[in-house]
Amino acid sequence: MVPTQYYLFLAAALFCMGMFGVLTRRNALVVFMCVELMLNAANLTFLAFARQRGDSIGHISAFFVIAVAAAEAAIGLAIVIAVFRSRGSVNIDDMKTMKH
Amino acid sequence: MNVELVLFFVFAVATLLSAGLVIFAKNPINSAMSLVASFFFLAGIYVLLWAHTIAALQVLVYAGAIMVLFLFVIMLLNLGETELGAPRLTLSRIAGGLAALGLFAGLALAIAHAPQVAGVMDAGSAASFGTLRALGVDLYTRWLFPFEAVSLLLLVSMVGAVVVSKSRI
Repeated sequence: MVPTQYYLFLAAALFCMGMFGVLTRRNALVVFMCVELMLNAANLTFLAFARQRGDSIGHISAFFVIAVAAAEAAIGLAIVIAVFRSRGSVNIDDMKTMKH
Repeated sequence: MNVELVLFFVFAVATLLSAGLVIFAKNPINSAMSLVASFFFLAGIYVLLWAHTIAALQVLVYAGAIMVLFLFVIMLLNLGETELGAPRLTLSRIAGGLAALGLFAGLALAIAHAPQVAGVMDAGSAASFGTLRALGVDLYTRWLFPFEAVSLLLLVSMVGAVVVSKSRI
């Protein structure tokens, strides 16, 4: 069995890479993808602890995270489309207000 | 070094490499394709963790449904050359990199200094752990109300997506 620490290190690295992308990329779509990376890092942590403890609560949590990520992707991409339609750009530096 | 550890390192390195490509790719389509690859490798790691059902959901829902939605939107928007954004070393990037490195250093220190807890479960001791049957029984008994709440959440997000993205209703 691989030690739980290894999985936690991998999840931490993945989360920090996602955070770096969210902080530095200016394209709203890529920012969304980096948020998905961070959600996956959280899932990996849940599953690693579920494996260590031998109960399935971590699996249930990961299931709910995936469902919430699907809802978030639907709403977020709809907002990106609406912003692109009103401004012609998805650069988050240009977005100062949600009104048009 | 056993097979499990070798597989873990192969999947971990592949996951991190494709996650790096997501961040540093110039074209959002390349980012999306590397993200799909990253999700596949993560599904491999979930299988190593005995989470077969979550691994299948990862491939079906994440790599299948969500990423198709992403690709569809990227191609629908038809971004111009100026939108692609050439990678430059700006102050915000340096600050972001330092912040990410700092967070990783803190997390790694915390993980390394955490007390070592022996695993409760040996490999193969619980035959039903992580199977679709076990997850389904848990979802429909102990977690029935959150499960139904999630279905309502998905319905709300579907209606919201239509309302937000349609110009006139």
